[in-house]
Amino acid sequence: MKELEHNTMTPLSRDESHADTTTLFGFWLYLMTDFILFASLFAVFAVLRGNTFGGPSGGDIFSLPLVLAGTLILLASSFTCGLALLSARLYRRAETSMWLVATAALGVWFVVMEFSEFTQLIAEGFGWERSAFLSAFFTLVGTHGLHVTIGIIWILAIVAALYFQGFSRANLRKLFLFTIFWHFLDIIWIFIFTFVYLFGIL
Amino acid sequence: MSWHTFIFGKLSWDAIPHDPIAQGGGIFMFVVGAIIVGALTYTKRWGWLWREWVTSLDHKKIGIMYLAVSLLMLVRGMSDALLIRLHQALAAGDAPGILASEHFQQIFTAHGTIMIFFVAMGFLFGIINLVLPLLIGSRDVAFPFLNSLSFWLFAAGAALVNLSLVLGDFSTAGWLAYPPLSELSYSPTTGVDYWIWSLQISGLGSLLSGVNFLTTIVRMRAPGMTYMKMPMFVWTVLGSMTLVLFTFPILTATLSLLALDRTLGMHFFTADGGGNMMMYVNLIWAWGHPEVYILVLPAFGIFSEIVPVFSGKKLAGYTSMVYSVVGITFFSFVVWLHHFFTMGAGGNVNAFFGIMTAVIAIPTGVKVFNWLFTMYRGRIRFTTPMYWFMGFVTLFLLGGMTGVMLAQPPADFQFHNSLFLVAHFHNMIVSGVLFGYFAGLTYWFPKIFGFTLDERWGRRAFWGWFVGFIVAFMPLYVLGFMGATRRLDHYGDTLGWQPLFIVAGIGTLIILAGFVFQVIQLAVSIWTRDSRRDVTGDPWNGRTLEWTTSSPPPAYNFAVIPSVTERDQLWAQKNGLAAVSTTSLEDIHMPANSSAGIWYAGCAFALGFGVVWHLWWLVLVALLLVLLSAIAFTFSEEQEELIPVSALRPL
Repeated sequence: MKELEHNTMTPLSRDESHADTTTLFGFWLYLMTDFILFASLFAVFAVLRGNTFGGPSGGDIFSLPLVLAGTLILLASSFTCGLALLSARLYRRAETSMWLVATAALGVWFVVMEFSEFTQLIAEGFGWERSAFLSAFFTLVGTHGLHVTIGIIWILAIVAALYFQGFSRANLRKLFLFTIFWHFLDIIWIFIFTFVYLFGIL
Repeated sequence: MSWHTFIFGKLSWDAIPHDPIAQGGGIFMFVVGAIIVGALTYTKRWGWLWREWVTSLDHKKIGIMYLAVSLLMLVRGMSDALLIRLHQALAAGDAPGILASEHFQQIFTAHGTIMIFFVAMGFLFGIINLVLPLLIGSRDVAFPFLNSLSFWLFAAGAALVNLSLVLGDFSTAGWLAYPPLSELSYSPTTGVDYWIWSLQISGLGSLLSGVNFLTTIVRMRAPGMTYMKMPMFVWTVLGSMTLVLFTFPILTATLSLLALDRTLGMHFFTADGGGNMMMYVNLIWAWGHPEVYILVLPAFGIFSEIVPVFSGKKLAGYTSMVYSVVGITFFSFVVWLHHFFTMGAGGNVNAFFGIMTAVIAIPTGVKVFNWLFTMYRGRIRFTTPMYWFMGFVTLFLLGGMTGVMLAQPPADFQFHNSLFLVAHFHNMIVSGVLFGYFAGLTYWFPKIFGFTLDERWGRRAFWGWFVGFIVAFMPLYVLGFMGATRRLDHYGDTLGWQPLFIVAGIGTLIILAGFVFQVIQLAVSIWTRDSRRDVTGDPWNGRTLEWTTSSPPPAYNFAVIPSVTERDQLWAQKNGLAAVSTTSLEDIHMPANSSAGIWYAGCAFALGFGVVWHLWWLVLVALLLVLLSAIAFTFSEEQEELIPVSALRPL
């Protein structure tokens, strides 16, 4: 409970300081730009999804059970991420770190599954050079995967910062921003799951 | 892969260009660089440069650095323009002109790229940095470190563009690099890669600036300054930065896709493999059209500050001005297709975009009328900023009307890709954007540097630009009607075009004279600065908050944060209609210097260079460094400097 004495103001609640809410606002703006980046990639995918150039179409190469498993893993990681934030609100450091590590582990699991899907496709001769459809597929899904990877590194940095510095204002702020980022990636994935995989198989 | 390819990638001795003009440019760059380095070493100014400028997070200093880089790039862009004009004036019939075809193509590509991304954008962010926090009564921008990072990313992009002059070549695919010409099969050299990565790096800086300034406007206004009490310049920046946030991610995505095509063999825009090059044209203009408004809206804002001050009246129709800014911001998203009516999207699609384009003229017209109404029955002082304004109104009106002509799809089928179009957009960018920025720089110069600019040389500079513009670009309108297409490196001597090309060339020389006069103006003003000091902080009898603090302002801008009750707060205070805020002085926290901005930008430069030349080890090292330093950054608490009350300078 030592941290509590240093933080007289309740962090992450409605009475945040001006600096915290400004950072939060700026971070939301950044996320919106990331959203538009993905929107562009989705639009590109929509234009190119039929351009298989004699190669496979989505229905030929997607495995729904595998993708569904990946989706569930990512959704579970959003749940653990939320639990981490709840623990942080109660200043439970070990618990927060534990949920964060769980989030990272689920994230790694997801990325590994995606990576193996990619390598398998490439091994079968269906790499990104094969057709415009596959270029768009690898780029859209890969950009999401890259974001998840960056998120995982971010989690580890926060866990280390919590270990060395405790619940400082700055660390709490970073944790809060991270949770928004992680949920955002979930939303993007739901769109990918629907428009790329489900529509592809239908 | 051999060791040699691993270490050097595509680099070899052949990468150094053998063309005398390119070599001349490179040598010139080296000489200027050597002189600067020598002068800094001789006067022992390296530490000063590092502490006072490179690592500074002061928005005013960052603004000045933006201006310095943009000015250098303007010299480069103008040299390109002069070469293009000289070549076209000569290259009729069998005459060879002065440039080889390939080199001519590199030069018009560089001219467009540099003028938009590194001159106009640089000036824009420079001016916003210099005055935005002052106008809203703030001590700083929302994220001072991000601001420094944005600038250094911009500078890194500019450095990469200039590097192409001495190592490898630049793109020959035009300033927007349409595929399939910009694809690897048709542009196998490093040119397009230089283009992609310099824009990618500086574009990231622009995106971060957009986040920063929008947050600043929303969160950092002085108490009492409601949205409808904001100075008009702040409104236009709000519109402009909203456009940055919506469109620069599209640019980032589009450039990335082109890079993936070129480096990893993907098929987004290729002619084979199922690629769709028309999609590129759509994507790039979904960014490119709003970009025009990103540039011009703040120019409108600058004039909306200048005209009331020099007319001695409040801005006419403030509310309608606000709505027209918002209207332009919205409409600029739904007009991009007018850049390619001839693509064949169909009559109805063309009609929609044609009508939307014509509709934009309405809010713009509202602004023009409001400026003129502001002047009407005012006590007008014809200072240099007002000269720029009068020139702007005249020429911009002309450009606006040719724009409405181009907006009609059937007419556009005739004008498309002709010099008429080239004349039109220069009409908007030079006499719209650039005149506005020049006016703003003249107007706010005393605030930033503490002394006014010389009026006589300022007026001469204006006449050079104004007359030069007319002489240089009216012939292009005519040539467009005569059938001259853009980017011609040769034309028949029986067409009767050469006299007009020669006139256009003379016009460019007159513009050059105008630019030289500006340099003289700056030199004369610095030379006689003691007699032109601004000791009051308010040299123009201004109306808004930036004139309430000293010139130049202290690092913290305002010792006491002003509280606002009126739209023209200072004017109201002068006339006893508003109270001066009298809060007592308090300690001020300002951000301490940070070298992280230049460090990250250096990594970005190395990354861009690595991808261009296929030095994959360098790319990896750069990425790793960014990652590690970002993690290290997570651990360090933000540093602040305390300025105690005793050190504050009361007014």
